[in-house]
Amino acid sequence: MHLLTTAMNKKIALLLLLLAILVAPFSMSAAGKDEGSVDVKETIFHHLGDGYGWEVPFSHTYRIPLPVIVRAEDGKWFCFSSSRLSEVKEVTAADGKTKKEAEAIIYEVEKDGKTYRFYTPHVSEHEGKVVELFPIADSLQAELESEAAENAADTDLNHYVAHGYTNIDGKFWREYRCFDISITKNVLALFIAAALVTLMVMSLVRFYTRKGFKAPRKGMGFLELCVDFIYSGVIKSTLGDKAPRYAPYLLTAFFFILTMNLLGLIVIFPGGANLTGNIAITLVMAVMTFVITNVNGNKHYWKEIFWPDVPIWLKCPLPIMQVIEIFGMFTKPAALCVRLFANMMGGHMIVITLTLLIFIFAAFGAAAAGASTFVSLIFSIFMLALDVLVSFIQAYVFTLLSTIFISMAVEEHHKAEHKAEEDVA
Amino acid sequence: MELFTPDLGLVFWMFIAFILLFLILAKWGWPAIIKQMEGRADAIDKGVEYAREAKEQLDHARESAQKVIGEAQAQQAEILRQADQMKSQIIEAAKKEASEEARKVMEAAKISIEQSRKEAELQFRNEVSKFSIDIAEKMVRNQLKNDDAQKQLVNKMLDEIEKN
Repeated sequence: MHLLTTAMNKKIALLLLLLAILVAPFSMSAAGKDEGSVDVKETIFHHLGDGYGWEVPFSHTYRIPLPVIVRAEDGKWFCFSSSRLSEVKEVTAADGKTKKEAEAIIYEVEKDGKTYRFYTPHVSEHEGKVVELFPIADSLQAELESEAAENAADTDLNHYVAHGYTNIDGKFWREYRCFDISITKNVLALFIAAALVTLMVMSLVRFYTRKGFKAPRKGMGFLELCVDFIYSGVIKSTLGDKAPRYAPYLLTAFFFILTMNLLGLIVIFPGGANLTGNIAITLVMAVMTFVITNVNGNKHYWKEIFWPDVPIWLKCPLPIMQVIEIFGMFTKPAALCVRLFANMMGGHMIVITLTLLIFIFAAFGAAAAGASTFVSLIFSIFMLALDVLVSFIQAYVFTLLSTIFISMAVEEHHKAEHKAEEDVA
Repeated sequence: MELFTPDLGLVFWMFIAFILLFLILAKWGWPAIIKQMEGRADAIDKGVEYAREAKEQLDHARESAQKVIGEAQAQQAEILRQADQMKSQIIEAAKKEASEEARKVMEAAKISIEQSRKEAELQFRNEVSKFSIDIAEKMVRNQLKNDDAQKQLVNKMLDEIEKN
């Protein structure tokens, strides 16, 4: 009897959950009618991109403020909170409802008797970035307005983007894109990831110094397994006795990338920044590999580039092979950079798009929204699980390819040749 | 296209963060972990090798113990045999010595008997000669009780001497 009720309860609970999912869009569409359709593109790019504040869960209005560090046009440095660049305002919608919305404002600051204005423009070539504003003469304003009327007949004046100018509700300001080393969301996430990696590795080292030759268990055991997987499986088997020299870089790269990848999958505060899906991050990583490869390249590596073992007409008088090889020097790290970036960004994009499907289908009525909610949820969960796998694989692939590039540059003749053949295959 | 243009500020911070992380971990992190892992792997290898050798030795131990026992037994038998031999030798020697001694004693006895016999003989002879002289004296005294007889005898003696 008891068992029966438990089973019944479970079924009822499941039924209620399904009903909730199906009904949710009704209430959602009822509440959100005033918002109209969702701007899919903007939402996706907002989630993939960087920001001067960090989103708080369940709020579009409030952000965790972060320090903005910029250099003005005259070379002076400014450091202020990102909360100075926006203000929460009560906005009254068409149907009379009021809601809170964050709005960009001009931050004016006096320094050495001069007024500096900073702003994060919407209608500008530097959308969303901190720019320094300068007021312009009325004649120039009029000129720009007429230009807007000519060029942008289909859009209104308030959305006209003029080169070198910020458009705030129809009023133009001359803009200067500041040299910007702000601690943005991505930068902070970067520091958090670096701190996490340091913490993990140092805790393992501390475990060793405390427990001597005892093997770590559970979490630390997994960490050690990962280190061993990369060190023994990739670095040592490829680089041989040169492994200890390059292992610190390769291991750091692997764990840093892995941590950034996984942090990116967590939606709220310490995670959520799309770090490895940002080309700046992968670019730096690829440049590191490029520098290490070419600085440590031995005689044979350079000979392969400037005088490879090919028929003479291929390298002299026209340096065909040399051009290809030099091109290859740069394409290898470029491939590293783009591979990691595209994979991670693609994963994030798919999950966001799947989630947005709910809102897109909401326009077709409640039933469609209910069904799409269910399908989207399942697919999103599947994609996130897949992204966990991809996080590992991409970190592994980056390390593996970096190791191979380095080994090609530093290894002895016969081995290097063999590796090159493998790589081509 | 904003996604595909690297942001300079982020590049700057990424570079700093990565270099710092790399320096910290390259100094205090990875070498210690790698050393520890390899050290432990070596220790495990050595342990396995040691265990294998120990097992081998254990297996051999029974064999060698058997061998030692066999050797000891052979030695024991040898010693016993030797002891036996020695015993019989000693007995033999003792017997020999005893018989020799006995012989010597007997010889000595024989000699002394001979000597005593000779002495007795000598004494006896002396006694006999004494007796015979005594007897002869007595006989002679008896025969020579008168002068005639004495004269006759002296004459006879003188005749004998003359004849010679």
